[in-house]
Amino acid sequence: MPVITVREALRQALHDAMQDERVFIIGEDIGHYGSTYGVTAGFLEQYGPERVRDTPIAESGIVGIAIGAAMVGMRPIAEIMSVNFSLLAFDMLFNHAAKIYSMFGGQITVPMVLRTTNGWTQLSATHSQSFDVYFAHMPGLKVVAPATPYDMKGMLKAAIEDPDPVVFIEHTLMYTVKGEVPEESYTVPLGKARLAREGRDITVVTYSRMVHLSQQAADILARDGIEVEIVDLRTLRPLDMSVAIESFKKTNRAVVVTEDWQSFGTSAEIAARLYEYGFDYLDAPIARVNFREVPMPYSKNLELQTVVTVDRIVHAIRKTLS
Amino acid sequence: MTQIDEHGRNSTSTLLNDSGLDAATLIDYYRQMVLIRRFEEKCQEMYTRAKIGGFLHLYIGEEATAVGAIAALRPDDHIFTHYRDHGHAIARGLDINALMAELFGKVTGCSKGLGGSMHFADASKNFWGGYAIVGSHLPLATGAALGMKMQRKDSVVMVFFGDGATNSGEFYESLNFAQLWKLPVVFVCENNLYAMGTPLEVHSSVTEIYRKACAFDMKSERVDGNDVLAMREASLRAVEHARSGKGPVLLEAMTYRFRGHSAQDTQKYRTKEDVERHRRNDPITRYRTLLLNEGIATEQQIRDIDRMVDDQVEAAVRFADESPEPGHEWITQAGVYAAPIAVDPPIHGE
Repeated sequence: MPVITVREALRQALHDAMQDERVFIIGEDIGHYGSTYGVTAGFLEQYGPERVRDTPIAESGIVGIAIGAAMVGMRPIAEIMSVNFSLLAFDMLFNHAAKIYSMFGGQITVPMVLRTTNGWTQLSATHSQSFDVYFAHMPGLKVVAPATPYDMKGMLKAAIEDPDPVVFIEHTLMYTVKGEVPEESYTVPLGKARLAREGRDITVVTYSRMVHLSQQAADILARDGIEVEIVDLRTLRPLDMSVAIESFKKTNRAVVVTEDWQSFGTSAEIAARLYEYGFDYLDAPIARVNFREVPMPYSKNLELQTVVTVDRIVHAIRKTLS
Repeated sequence: MTQIDEHGRNSTSTLLNDSGLDAATLIDYYRQMVLIRRFEEKCQEMYTRAKIGGFLHLYIGEEATAVGAIAALRPDDHIFTHYRDHGHAIARGLDINALMAELFGKVTGCSKGLGGSMHFADASKNFWGGYAIVGSHLPLATGAALGMKMQRKDSVVMVFFGDGATNSGEFYESLNFAQLWKLPVVFVCENNLYAMGTPLEVHSSVTEIYRKACAFDMKSERVDGNDVLAMREASLRAVEHARSGKGPVLLEAMTYRFRGHSAQDTQKYRTKEDVERHRRNDPITRYRTLLLNEGIATEQQIRDIDRMVDDQVEAAVRFADESPEPGHEWITQAGVYAAPIAVDPPIHGE
């Protein structure tokens, strides 16, 4: 099976989707500029400006237009270059995309995908955030954040085919992550967690880029004979906790690793559900590893102390086991 | 632009003669306006009797704008509107039983009782809904117009909003997108002189709203929105422009709401005299007088229409009253998603 990057996996899914005439891509600098992270590079030349639509810098308009086009039968893929800019489109997502199906009594669907990306690399406070929890909080949206090239390709395809609005969260530090990906078209169902690593001692529940950091932490701990089991949630809404709960019943200990602020963050919801459904199996308090609760500093030294690192995950696991 | 004299009126009899419309059609515009008026009056009554909850924004005084504008559309054209949406829904021919049932929160409502007054919709009539975040539906309408263009259809999208909405970012984003991409969308601003309770001259640096289009090199026009025939004529011009691929149009319909912003409004921002002065320009009275003076309708025909409309509205109330409420399934994931995904353990409360 070919080994390709996350970027290439996403490109394959988008090329595949473009076979459907209803699909078009709309966003800032996706065409003439060549795409900020290279995902849609060459698409303008291949599919033309009608279906690869460079836009003004107007996030609310971009997402609103995608919603309106979806309502009348198109299959838009809107790209918000950085999740930090998505705040400008939250009204469109929350008050329209998420509501239109239910608020109008199920007669109108919004089959659109919003692709956007988390990430940080010395970009300071406004450009280094994660809003996973805001998206995932909202009934009516489906929210996915895969970790591997295989899931990126299969879940993007599934998201595009889904009749509901899907927020598809990528990560700027993951585009070069490699993995095995079949050449042919396939889908990976939304709303299904997966076991990313088997182990008997402790469960790490995580998603997106933190799956890879957790794997590195598990490799380090394996040298000491500690077996870490890793659950990759893949989808945040609806949240499939079945795999994590099964794992927790076996290991009786868990660490939740998410790349966002801890207070009211995604890790709070995940931990709460582990407590609700796994209370009788609990041998130690559930630990959480997250961003430190500050706006992201610019200075490299401070930034590295703010984000989640392999060392911090290792430390949390050891502490939970002790 | 249609010429308006110092009283805000134009030569309606000339318009009538030039319209080429038969008597039945002309009289039907009257029927639609009266139906909106009576429906709204009945809504107020039902609100007072607590049959209707939430907010209630009445369209009384603005009937000619919706009826005239929507008269310019074909069934395959599309409508998006704002939270004061009853008039547009009725002018589009939505079943008033379903509208009243929606207000009563019944499952027979046009939005199954999930939307209420501000969120009427009927996809089968390309009536894509009332939206209650001011200005926020303009990008949706623009997107639907993009959809029509990409599907090579010659349908147009008409979107209604108030003067207050023209200060929102979405207004400017939408006008730019629409003109940039030459999209078939007609933006209809219902300028009723108030953004909720804030007067036009207090909320907008430019009080002639149609001039805001010049920033986008967009065609625009101001029209007497209390003159149903002038409204129709201007809308026909705008729709034709959009349909022929020349791009969007901004129409500014000058009108006035006779009632408060919502049913709770104490109207401190305007005097009773202001309202009385505008009531002399009542679109229904004006049009009825025109039909009678021009010999299009008789007094008897007018009375028959008024009575028929009264009966229809009463029947809608009975229908709404007797209809069942929506069931529990609407507050499960099946009511929230077209393709709900079951998870185990389930989402809380399922």
